[in-house]
Amino acid sequence: MKTEVYMPAMSPSMTEGTLTKWLVKVGDHLKIGDPIAEIETDKASMEVESQIEGVISEFLVENGQDQIAVKTPIAIIETNTSTEKLKGKLFTNTIDDQPKKKIIKDRVIDQDKKQDKISVREAIRDALAEEMRRDKNVFVMGEEVAEYQGAYKVTQGLLQEFGASRVIDTPITENGFAGLAIGASFSGLKPVVEFMTFNFSLQAMDHIINSAAKTLYMGGGQLNCPIVFRGPNGAAARVAAQHSQDLTAWFSHIPGLKVISPFSARDHKGLLKAAIRDPNPVIFLENEILYSDQESIEEDNDDVISIGKAKILREGSDITLISHSISLKMCLEASKKLAKKNIDCEVLDLRTIKPLDTKAIISSIQKTNKCVVVEQGWSQCGVSSEIISVIMENAFDWLDAPVLRLTGKDVPMPYAENLENLALPSEDELIKIIESLFE
Amino acid sequence: MINKTKKNNRKLTKSDAIEAYKKMLLIRRFEEKAGQSYGLGQIGGFCHLYIGQEAVVVGLQMCIRDGDQVITTYRDHGHMLACGMSPDGVMAELYGRTDGYSKGKGGSMHMFSKEANFFGGHGIVGASVPLGTGLAFSNKYKKNKAVTLTYFGDGAANQGQVYESFNMAKLWELPCIYVIENNRYAMGTSVQRSSAQKDLSQRGISFGIEGEQVNGMDIESVIDAGKRAVTKVRNNGGPYILEMLTYRYRGHSMSDPAQYRTRDEVKEVREHSDPIESLKNLIIENNFLTEDKLQVLNAEIKQVVDQSAQFAADSPLPDPSELFVDVYQ
Repeated sequence: MKTEVYMPAMSPSMTEGTLTKWLVKVGDHLKIGDPIAEIETDKASMEVESQIEGVISEFLVENGQDQIAVKTPIAIIETNTSTEKLKGKLFTNTIDDQPKKKIIKDRVIDQDKKQDKISVREAIRDALAEEMRRDKNVFVMGEEVAEYQGAYKVTQGLLQEFGASRVIDTPITENGFAGLAIGASFSGLKPVVEFMTFNFSLQAMDHIINSAAKTLYMGGGQLNCPIVFRGPNGAAARVAAQHSQDLTAWFSHIPGLKVISPFSARDHKGLLKAAIRDPNPVIFLENEILYSDQESIEEDNDDVISIGKAKILREGSDITLISHSISLKMCLEASKKLAKKNIDCEVLDLRTIKPLDTKAIISSIQKTNKCVVVEQGWSQCGVSSEIISVIMENAFDWLDAPVLRLTGKDVPMPYAENLENLALPSEDELIKIIESLFE
Repeated sequence: MINKTKKNNRKLTKSDAIEAYKKMLLIRRFEEKAGQSYGLGQIGGFCHLYIGQEAVVVGLQMCIRDGDQVITTYRDHGHMLACGMSPDGVMAELYGRTDGYSKGKGGSMHMFSKEANFFGGHGIVGASVPLGTGLAFSNKYKKNKAVTLTYFGDGAANQGQVYESFNMAKLWELPCIYVIENNRYAMGTSVQRSSAQKDLSQRGISFGIEGEQVNGMDIESVIDAGKRAVTKVRNNGGPYILEMLTYRYRGHSMSDPAQYRTRDEVKEVREHSDPIESLKNLIIENNFLTEDKLQVLNAEIKQVVDQSAQFAADSPLPDPSELFVDVYQ
């Protein structure tokens, strides 16, 4: 009988992939576990293995075909066996179970720089590479940053260029390696520590707060800690409560830390370079869903962007929308729709959460006299709470309406797709809130 | 795997013995003074005294060279004085004054001196272990042949981060000497009541890290074990564990009712194992110095300590403008 082979979903957020290469020919006899094709997603390249025994009878996609949606049939295998017997074996070979089977496509950093457009992922990697070339004390450390080429492909190619002494795979022990990296920074090295996601930084919180943030002050200025902790923060897709949360407010609460949460590719690059050069501990919050977003960037652009400066993404005169990271997408989309209803939104990208660019916030309020703050994080003691306080204290007389906010709902992130959508701020909610100020 | 220390027959040289005696006595007198000042309200907060443990830090400091680093926990006054930091600066910090090592902002548990290669002074139990492992990492990274002495206590030895550090230190062969100062009590909980494996020198076995127990009340044993450990780690890389069996005479911090041990237990150690008395006897037996000369030395040290308390008392409180200084560099 004929059995279809489907394009597999290799990660929670994967929706499509490229079939880079068939590893078998029509007519080949396959055993369970034989590699049949190489698939590339925005995160990794890996092999698809046969789940059944049989003979390849037809390819339904070609070598190199891209944008193949998950669950699309890609080949047909002729089997002698009833599939009933094999049911239990389907989906047993998940990617996480078989990490050694992954084949990472080699990419050389310099070639990538010739692109007109650069993704957030490449922007971060280029910033790392440029700073590592510039200063031999800069090194990268974290889980899967070297041989695996980055759990989200961010550190791809760094091991090949800088070697294992500067691109260091760690055991899965966040408290230990965060503390170790802070110790290394005390004697003049400049570690860039990748948390696979910031969810795992919670294990290292004591060292981030008590060892990194406070030592300069506790020592009367003697010992500084030039370190960057970076990695994806905020909601991912369908990974539920422990792996999907925005911790920006946690870090921004701590004196001694700087907290950056960029949106555009260019800002990721320029701000990460600034973070690495900064003599203080910097928390650099990325977002998994933004990694593939692209932006035009000039070749050899090595601009360093100052920490602590917000940026107006869209000029407007009726209301200011203040946000950071991925929530800005929603603000820009809502602004377009509201423009048709004659509401002219100004969108302010905070870029840095600590130190906060209060000047930029106040001057925008003075122009528009209305404001909505948007964040994925929870509302209580959130980033939005702080911004609203700043506005109350400094620009109350300029306001024509109360400042409102749209935040993540006060619940742990649910798994079910519909509930997950409800837990996160939505464009519809944002439009409604903004319109309520113009009724 | 575990080498129990054999008492070395080789005696200390005259100059080493006198040097060690001076430093140990300085630490003891300094700590006694700190205790008195605390009682008078001149020192606040926590104040963990090192009295009884002096041989450990003084002995090990004599085994390392310039460029090697030291990092420890919150019972750190002895380490700082042994590293050569000034008694004036340390006492002024205890007093919370502007001439203290941390300008009065760190206090007893948080002092640092890049000059003396002393990296703190860390208030969180166990935190010094990954940090010290990181200092050792930087030595390997820079290929500078320096070693790191990473001190922690018997209480910290039960912390998870210690084992995360052991794993990385052995995996990457980092030049780190873990010095477990086992003074028998983690605050008020004895090793007997808190630890499944009571021989703490064996705690590295599952990582392939060798270790040994050392009589930390005997300066000669400390120096002997310290020299071997430093040579091994400096030449071959890779970590090593020294468990120093020692004892603190005073409470955990200042307000310690000491219900967890008897007066007789403390008395027994003081009378029979005191590290300073033992060294004094060695000095006299070997005619390194006469009783009279020792008296003079004593008086000199007392003067240094009195002077440090005076210096601290005379130093002004930090200016209010200091409040916002050094949050960021």
